[in-house]
Amino acid sequence: MDALNALVAFLNFVFIPAVAYGAQLAIGALGVTLVYGILRFSNFAHGDTMAFGTVVTIMVTWWLQAHGIGLGPLPTALLALPVGIAATIVLLLATDRAVYRFYRKQKASPSILVIVSLGVMFIMNGIVRFLIGVEEQNFADGERFVISAGDFRVWTGLAEGLAIRTTQAITLVTAGITVALLFWFLNRTRTGKSMRAFADNEDLALLSGINPERVVAITWIITAALATIAGVLYGLDKSFKAFTYFQLLLPIFAAAIVGGLGSPLGAIAGGFVIAFSEVMVTYAWKKVLGYLMPESLAPEGLVQLLSTDYKIAVSFAILIIVLLFMPTGLFKGKST
Amino acid sequence: MAEAAGRAETEGAARRTLRSVSSAPAPFLIGEAMTGGYGAMDILHGCTIAVDPGQIAVIVGPNGAGKSTAMKAVFGMLRLRQGAVRLMGEDITALSPQARVAKGMAFVPQTQNIFTTMTVEENLEMGAFLRRDDIRPTLDQVYHLFPVLAAKRRQAAGELSGGQRQQVAVGRALMTEPQVLMLDEPTAGVSPIVMDELFDRIIEVARTGISILMVEQNARQALGIADRGYVLVQGANRYSGTGAELLADPEVRRTFLGG
Repeated sequence: MDALNALVAFLNFVFIPAVAYGAQLAIGALGVTLVYGILRFSNFAHGDTMAFGTVVTIMVTWWLQAHGIGLGPLPTALLALPVGIAATIVLLLATDRAVYRFYRKQKASPSILVIVSLGVMFIMNGIVRFLIGVEEQNFADGERFVISAGDFRVWTGLAEGLAIRTTQAITLVTAGITVALLFWFLNRTRTGKSMRAFADNEDLALLSGINPERVVAITWIITAALATIAGVLYGLDKSFKAFTYFQLLLPIFAAAIVGGLGSPLGAIAGGFVIAFSEVMVTYAWKKVLGYLMPESLAPEGLVQLLSTDYKIAVSFAILIIVLLFMPTGLFKGKST
Repeated sequence: MAEAAGRAETEGAARRTLRSVSSAPAPFLIGEAMTGGYGAMDILHGCTIAVDPGQIAVIVGPNGAGKSTAMKAVFGMLRLRQGAVRLMGEDITALSPQARVAKGMAFVPQTQNIFTTMTVEENLEMGAFLRRDDIRPTLDQVYHLFPVLAAKRRQAAGELSGGQRQQVAVGRALMTEPQVLMLDEPTAGVSPIVMDELFDRIIEVARTGISILMVEQNARQALGIADRGYVLVQGANRYSGTGAELLADPEVRRTFLGG
């Protein structure tokens, strides 16, 4: 019974939150890795792209709520998501036209493009704050739980409860659909294959008649969709705050690099590696250990390796270890 | 001194060209009296390369003679200061390489000539990217020409051996159904047996009516299959003739083929 309780506590406090967070990071990292693979630079504006998409989605959600339109048990934000994606596509294509295309024509080196994306990041940062302010926003509505901790206790008779929030379930379902669609697109369609060809060998892609401007535009469109989906899922699961989204850049980059920049499969694996490390290192294991150990050995402290305030240090540490010992990442991406 | 020598060679090339123009109908593809280079320095000095349908033209010469540069110039990867490139009598000097692909020219670079992370079949599909019609028949032709690729169609091209990768590269270029196939040192880094095999395939391709323009390090073997050979030295034509003529020429043998 104690072992079961320990397992349930582990699932409830570590596994489920980490899976949901990992899925959110994975979708974010897919966007980063796609831009890196095809446009060949690390896009620092990705976190703020996520924020922009989320902000538009939140505003449309508010509008829908004001008009009494909803999805019943599901969050209204899902209905607003396509509008958020569309707005983000427009923003990214406009940015490419106004900024990145100029540097592409100049054949600017990746390091210059990184700095350019830093500038874009600051502008997007400003736009987001201008639109919605710096306050925290909660925009999840509908049913809160798929399984609530109280119900779970009643059903199973265990002391520990297992809660699965609607937003966590939505995150997993949406992430699954998104990843399946993306991989189908990249591996099965002519356009998707041409994007992989372009990422693999740009010169040969040109010799084969692949139009680089079209590949770039499609990359931005997919990146906009991925960023908005990741941002909205994260915001639904936790909350939206402009600064938090800027900070998400670090775990997302860590995920993309751990998996191997340019490798979509790596981005997904990296997302879960980072999420699980972060959650496990910052979780107070007292409860789980209390169930597993004899009473005399039960820990007195919280058995928390790091305070949650330091969770960003986890991504940093993993990033450094990977770059030192495995620069191309788990899935043999391009070396940074 | 060097400049004067260059000029003399240019004039010589121009004279030879004039003779060939007056004696025969205009060739299918010709890069005529091409002068140019990557930067301020010219690498080509009035170099002329031509090929007719179903023929194999081979460019040979010592290292640094501008063999690959001449080929790239014909394909438009290099800006010409003088001279012209004509395909079926049409001046295509101003066209980009991509536009020349659409005109029926295909180019196989010496290195990085395949998509390593993609499967063999995807490589071939990408070769046919510009085509909107059914590519199945061409795909079957390529697999017929290179049976080993058919067996490995689902394998990542980067996992293949050097010779097989070259077959993928040539196959990719053939997928556009080109009229001219340009190969930059197709046998670089492959074993002599694989080289013979590749040459056999190239002859087979030429028999289907496709013109082949090829740069080769293995001059003797390449001239052996050439309908037309060009020996370049310092970016200018030094000798030209049929492959057999060049192989028989004592001067060419002594200076370039090692006796």
